[in-house]
Amino acid sequence: MAAETLFGKIWDSHRIRTLDDGRDLIFVDRHLLQETTSAAAFDGLAHDGRPVAQPGLTFATQDHIVSTEPVRSLASNPGGRELIDLMGRNARSHGITMFGLDDPRQGIVHVIGPELGLVLPGTIVACGDSHTSTAGGLGALGIGVGTSEVEHVLATQTLVLPRPKTLRMRFDGRPGNGVTAKDLVLHALGRFGIAVGTGHAIEYTGDVIRALPLEARLTICNMSIEFGGRLGLIAPDDATAAYVRGRPFAPTGRLWDEAKAYWRTLRTDDEAVFDRELSLDVSTAAPQITWGTTQQDVIGIDEAIPDPTTIADLASRRRIQAAIDYMGLTEGRPIEGLPVDVVFIGSCTNARLSDLEAAAAIARGRHVAPGVRALVVPGSSAVKREAEAKGLDRIFSEAGFEWRSAGCSMCVSINEDIVPAGARCVATSNRNFENRQGPRSRTHLASPAMAVAAALAGAIADVRRLA
Amino acid sequence: MKRPPFENVSGPAAPLPLANINTDAIIPAPYLRSPSADLGAGLFARLRYDDAGREMPDFVLNRAPFRSARILLAGRNFGCGSSREAAAWALVRFGIRCVFSPAFADIFYENAFRNGLLAAQMSQEGIDHAVACAQTAQDHAHFTVDLAGRTLSCPDGQQIAFDVPAFRAEALLRGDDDIAVTLQYADDIAAFRASDALARPWIHDFGHPA
Ligand code: SF4
Repeated sequence: MAAETLFGKIWDSHRIRTLDDGRDLIFVDRHLLQETTSAAAFDGLAHDGRPVAQPGLTFATQDHIVSTEPVRSLASNPGGRELIDLMGRNARSHGITMFGLDDPRQGIVHVIGPELGLVLPGTIVACGDSHTSTAGGLGALGIGVGTSEVEHVLATQTLVLPRPKTLRMRFDGRPGNGVTAKDLVLHALGRFGIAVGTGHAIEYTGDVIRALPLEARLTICNMSIEFGGRLGLIAPDDATAAYVRGRPFAPTGRLWDEAKAYWRTLRTDDEAVFDRELSLDVSTAAPQITWGTTQQDVIGIDEAIPDPTTIADLASRRRIQAAIDYMGLTEGRPIEGLPVDVVFIGSCTNARLSDLEAAAAIARGRHVAPGVRALVVPGSSAVKREAEAKGLDRIFSEAGFEWRSAGCSMCVSINEDIVPAGARCVATSNRNFENRQGPRSRTHLASPAMAVAAALAGAIADVRRLA
Repeated sequence: MKRPPFENVSGPAAPLPLANINTDAIIPAPYLRSPSADLGAGLFARLRYDDAGREMPDFVLNRAPFRSARILLAGRNFGCGSSREAAAWALVRFGIRCVFSPAFADIFYENAFRNGLLAAQMSQEGIDHAVACAQTAQDHAHFTVDLAGRTLSCPDGQQIAFDVPAFRAEALLRGDDDIAVTLQYADDIAAFRASDALARPWIHDFGHPA
């Protein structure tokens, strides 16, 4: 048999047939729904009188629009009420399991998928949300789709897609002090850019990746879409199986043994050929922070804002100047020391328990600078409970952070959690686009530890001075 | 849902030749809060309106003849960012039928075709020429898209080639219902499930814990 990539093995095992136009009809093992991208899909089904093909393989949550008030109810979020109600009604009428606002399993869809054992190695997971790629941290293919494709999966439990090309991204070297998974992926974005992955499935490899704990692998794969990638994944290993074991929807007994034996086959063959290969040595990378309005606008904390006049290409020069203007920066100045107004620790990138532990380790016994609003928003209700059991909520509260309920919050600012116009925010989320966190908001992406360092200093700061 | 078949488009082409126009820029999040939001009004809202909600006169879609643009000329990596299909809906509601770019982001590309919106790939030189035409042609900015012939005719008479995979062009011209097309393979799907349930029982046969 020809040597095959991990991606190819999983894709092929889900291929029902290849269509005349060359696209593949693939089976979807788990379909996850969130409230903002599914309402119109259910309308479409109703319009055509179509049932949900596999309600048992379909799961819903409410995350994007929900209030994250520490004590919340439907009344805390009048603007989101309609979509929250619709998700509940649609799930009930089609027999879909839903983790709603009051359910202990509620949380950001990409956090609860792995957490509940819905995402398993070797599966194909579809969700109407681009960061479905997070599932790749467990060795699954997480495919983010639009609402029409949500409707398609609901009606058929399949997707019709062109087979992505393959890209291997290798991380070598020894990450330095203060360099986390978030820093690794931001560093790679700075090096390779936000379009390098377009049309590709990315496999992350190398000793640096192998050594990452599971939640850190989820962080890396989460940001695959930031490279423009269709999905990203990391080969499952013993640590993956150990992570999955015992989770509520994970296989048990004989099925567990069979599944685990199969997962052992999930690796790229030595001779397999990728369409594209990239590698980078991370040994010299400092903790990273974005300065601009795309994720490739990133530098080490000890570096300076770029100077557009030194850039030859006219289009890049203009783009960089525009980003500097939008962000209210001065070219050539160090990024460290830039005053911040808001700090957001949350999102499907960096709001799992290990992220909050890393943040609390820096926050413990210290205090948020005057005038800074700092929020910690757990990625799921389970993460919130576990963090509270470990006393992290008290550490954060005593340090002056708001301890909130689980949801997407200031990552997308589609609820009440908004960065004021002109304010500067250090965020652990994944998008620093103009206006993303509110009109004229200015976002700097960083790791949870770096976000805490900024909150304590009241300015962008080097976490290595605090650790 | 069956769509109306795509017909060739004539009209003004709005130049927006920036790279990396993301879906947050195409349709900002507040327009996603309610299923009844006016997405056509929300298209490029942060670029189109000031904080008080007034039109910003410099933005291309606030200027004649581009207020009634049917075509958008964009830079590379158009539609990057989130999966929000509302980006495609907003373009369509505004009246845009075709977007030209040297390269599209993957999810936006799929979303566009599923809404009868032509996402056509054109060389950077082609885009540059069309943009120059649109900027100088003032209120007679008359472009025509011929999907079958894969050409964009500019007001100066030049015809620029563009690329669309044949199957996507045909599906647009027929107005295919993608779900109905897939359901033609219902037997294949059922057969796959039956054999997969034996090969990977833990996928299909798992209890829902209480
Ligand atoms: S946390 Fe942000 S990126 Fe993740 S699903 Fe929510 S809105 Fe999307």
